[in-house]
Amino acid sequence: MAKVLVVTSGKGGVGKTTTTAALGAALAQGGQSVCVVDFDVGLRNLDLVMGAERRVVYDLINVVNGDAKLPQALIKDKRLETLHLLPASQTRDKDALTDAGVARVMDELRDKFDWVICDSPAGIERGAQLAMHHADVAVVVTNPEVSSVRDSDRIIGLLDSKTAKAEKGEDMEKHLILTRYDPMRADRGDMLKTEDVLDILSIPLLAIIPESQEVLRASNLGCPVTLNNPLCAPARAYADAARRLKGETVPMSLPVERKSFLDKLFMRRAA
Amino acid sequence: MSILGLFQKRSSGAVARDRLQLILAHERAESGRPDLVIQLREEILAVIANHVAVEPDKVKVTLERGEGVSTLGLDIELPLGASAKLDAKLAAKLAEVAANKGSAKPASSKKAA
Repeated sequence: MAKVLVVTSGKGGVGKTTTTAALGAALAQGGQSVCVVDFDVGLRNLDLVMGAERRVVYDLINVVNGDAKLPQALIKDKRLETLHLLPASQTRDKDALTDAGVARVMDELRDKFDWVICDSPAGIERGAQLAMHHADVAVVVTNPEVSSVRDSDRIIGLLDSKTAKAEKGEDMEKHLILTRYDPMRADRGDMLKTEDVLDILSIPLLAIIPESQEVLRASNLGCPVTLNNPLCAPARAYADAARRLKGETVPMSLPVERKSFLDKLFMRRAA
Repeated sequence: MSILGLFQKRSSGAVARDRLQLILAHERAESGRPDLVIQLREEILAVIANHVAVEPDKVKVTLERGEGVSTLGLDIELPLGASAKLDAKLAAKLAEVAANKGSAKPASSKKAA
């Protein structure tokens, strides 16, 4: 029986899709069976970040409508045996997703996997609410930046009122992932500090992902950052986050790039 | 390209550009017919169902978008000693396909009759 996790934020461009791919791959690297589900109907991108865009045949809406069975629509990752993708439709409207249809697909996914990770669209409209509705756990992705923190606060409100868990009067487990964090700027006082963000949002911290060129490089190549370069700082931060989600206690630290002399020497060539 | 360039790994930015060009070319070409694969599958299955009873769940459809072409793969499980009897659900679907087509293809019109 899977744990259903939604990756959400309110604001766009803060790293939901990157986080979904990285957490999905990190959990699969740890031996768990994982399905990442793209809920961004009309603007799918998880397939691109996962490097599966050329192999998409069916999508979530095809499964909801009964045009394809779930196993036919799942795309198996070529690098990780236990990682699967259910893409969003690129051509249809999100209104093609019925509440009952999504509920049925989520039930089926729950039976098949250890983890189901739903990549939410930006915004607070129906698409975002559908993505979070069946979640057991929410990961709120936030940048240390005023508009992102404000939007995250809105999303936390929705998680506590509009989800199946909330409707049953249960507590939604929520975690914060702070992305694009630049310790130098935070030290200079030019960026919201981690404590400030945690203070304002008052949900527990799951990980701090440092600003890094490795994130862009991984998405260029279509490979989750935890898989593309497992030793880089953002990958280690995501790997720790995955272990915390599994219930392990991992001390929180801000991973920094380890640079050897050779790394520095070859840095320009590798970029 | 310099001599050094021959030994250098292609930059991730160049990989990103190539991936985008390929997938966008396919998306633009597919944009007029979003259900092409579903329709192809239904019609191919209809032809096969004339001869063998095919379980719709035992059909694996793959698509690989490449440079200038797409490769459609159909992996169909044919049961041993299968008769030409049609499963009721499939027959209904085929009739629907035939109706949608109007002047239907030989395979589907035969089914609908």
